[in-house]
Amino acid sequence: MTDMLLEVENLVIGMRRAGRPDAVIVDDVSFSVAAHERFGIVGESGSGKSLTLRAVAGLLPKGVEVLSGRIAYAGKSLTGMPPQERRRLMGPEIAMIFQEPMTALNPVIRVGEQIAEGPRRHLGLSKKAANTVAIEMMARTGIPDPERRARAYPHELSGGLRQRIMIAMAVSCNPRLLLCDEPTTALDVTVQHQVLKVLEGLCADTGTALIFVTHDLAVVNQTCTDMAVMYSGHIVESGTVADVLGDARHPYTQGLLGSAPDFDRPERRLVPIPGFPPSLTSRPAGCPFAPRCALAVDDCSKAMPTTELVAPGHTAACIMTAGVLA
Amino acid sequence: MLHRLRFIPARLIQSIPVAFGVTLIVFFMAHLLPGNAALALLGQRATAESVAALTTQLGLDRPLPEQYLIFLAQLFQGNLGTSLTYQVPVSDLLVQAVPVTLALLLYALILSLFISIPLAALAAFRPGGSRDLGVRGFTLVGQGMPQFWVGIMLLLIFAVRFRLFPVGGYGTTQLDHLYFLFLPALTLAISMSPTIIRSLRSSMINVLESEYVGTAKSKGSYGISLFRGHVLRNAAIPTVSVIGVNLGFLVGGSLVIERVFALPGLGSLMINSIFSRDFPTVQGVTLFVALFVVVIGILTDVVYTMLDPRVDMSKAVRA
Repeated sequence: MTDMLLEVENLVIGMRRAGRPDAVIVDDVSFSVAAHERFGIVGESGSGKSLTLRAVAGLLPKGVEVLSGRIAYAGKSLTGMPPQERRRLMGPEIAMIFQEPMTALNPVIRVGEQIAEGPRRHLGLSKKAANTVAIEMMARTGIPDPERRARAYPHELSGGLRQRIMIAMAVSCNPRLLLCDEPTTALDVTVQHQVLKVLEGLCADTGTALIFVTHDLAVVNQTCTDMAVMYSGHIVESGTVADVLGDARHPYTQGLLGSAPDFDRPERRLVPIPGFPPSLTSRPAGCPFAPRCALAVDDCSKAMPTTELVAPGHTAACIMTAGVLA
Repeated sequence: MLHRLRFIPARLIQSIPVAFGVTLIVFFMAHLLPGNAALALLGQRATAESVAALTTQLGLDRPLPEQYLIFLAQLFQGNLGTSLTYQVPVSDLLVQAVPVTLALLLYALILSLFISIPLAALAAFRPGGSRDLGVRGFTLVGQGMPQFWVGIMLLLIFAVRFRLFPVGGYGTTQLDHLYFLFLPALTLAISMSPTIIRSLRSSMINVLESEYVGTAKSKGSYGISLFRGHVLRNAAIPTVSVIGVNLGFLVGGSLVIERVFALPGLGSLMINSIFSRDFPTVQGVTLFVALFVVVIGILTDVVYTMLDPRVDMSKAVRA
């Protein structure tokens, strides 16, 4: 397993009060990403997918922290590493793209300078050389007239261009792992498609591995090779995209697929998942999805189901489906 | 960049009616004071005849509106009138006093930035922490102490007790000025810093929580370079207008402080001329101060525009 680029083992993220773990937001999450892999994490708002990603980047919001578990990058533990060593990885090894480029770009600095910042710091380039790299990166993300656009401020650019700037910034130091936090959610559908194409193209060219957090199954289907489905802080199902979307085992994944439109079968009626996700403070005992699940039996509420292998490389955490198929 | 400074000429034109209003108020307010210049000039033993003669000679017996029109007519010719007490053009008095006051204000502004930026950063880095509490304590105390009292305390400690600084005066060479003006400037800086610190601290806390600081961290930026590159400039934007407003107040404060430190600036000139009912000088000083505050307002907007590329003042003027 040491050939894995990123390994996350039994990650627990939450808040502490008076030194004791108080609220657990992400519970016992494990996954791994190989070099060149494109890994999608799907879930609804509050499922803990973004926090998982931010934990990998070391950018958890104030008050939220990794309570236990291990995050290892290229065999080295990120969680146990001194902060200055970890910062040196940010940029040339691990880079991140944020959801809302308007707020993720500094409004008072020209975008070219913001892209050049990473190369100047990590590659030791002069201001001029870093600027050339920035323009080059902008051209690679398909920004027309990059010399002129490099001198623009974020508010002078469209949403699609801004997200391309974010991408150019993230790939400017040639990272081996790119973390994407819903990078297309703030964009309209056509622009979303273009931005995804750019991202895919860049990753294919450079062999950069990708972790892609989104609530959009279609985007995962288009971009990723492997995926995990998160619900209420747990990974409920994971495997290759073809397995998980083509042969969904967990009732929540099935519910997600049933509630999303399918262009191959436009006549099919959408079936919503009844109810709401549990709040963090009143998470039910046992399987968190049980109260909304059509297949739920009494045992579901007794203990969190273990994650079972349902097919080679395909796991699900459900006593019903795992029991049926065992 | 330059096209965003188009608002300046419009703002200058707008300041003309403001200046007019100021002259009107200053002129009539000054004449509400009991007593007149002739009396003040001639002293207590003056006879009624000599006072009346001097009053006529100075033109003080004419109706007030007429005096005001004469004052305005002179003003348009660039003539602020002649000081009744010193018998020299008011503009000459201003030329001597203005540099002292301007140097004092600039010095105070620079010192207060040197005090405020590190303290605000210290406080904002961990809100609610012990350093934050310390800085907030300092701002409370700083705001609670009257300026003249701070000035006197600094004098007593650093000039009288330790003999590190002169007790008053302005010195003769440039270097002298820096040395002589240190304590008065520090006094003003101490009274101005709390407001700047409060504003900077809260905007820094906001900036530190913003997404773009997260982005900067994801590029490996941290510590001083993160602070300089992504925090200070953004946090300074709201603080600039706070400073602009407070500079106006600082002008008033500097008039008092000049008295405490015996500086030959506008404050001393103003107070002396009020006591001697030297109306042309009072009017000249007040007019200058009013215009100065208007200019500070425009400068504030210029700095604002330079710091924040999203701001376009020319639109604000038209609206």
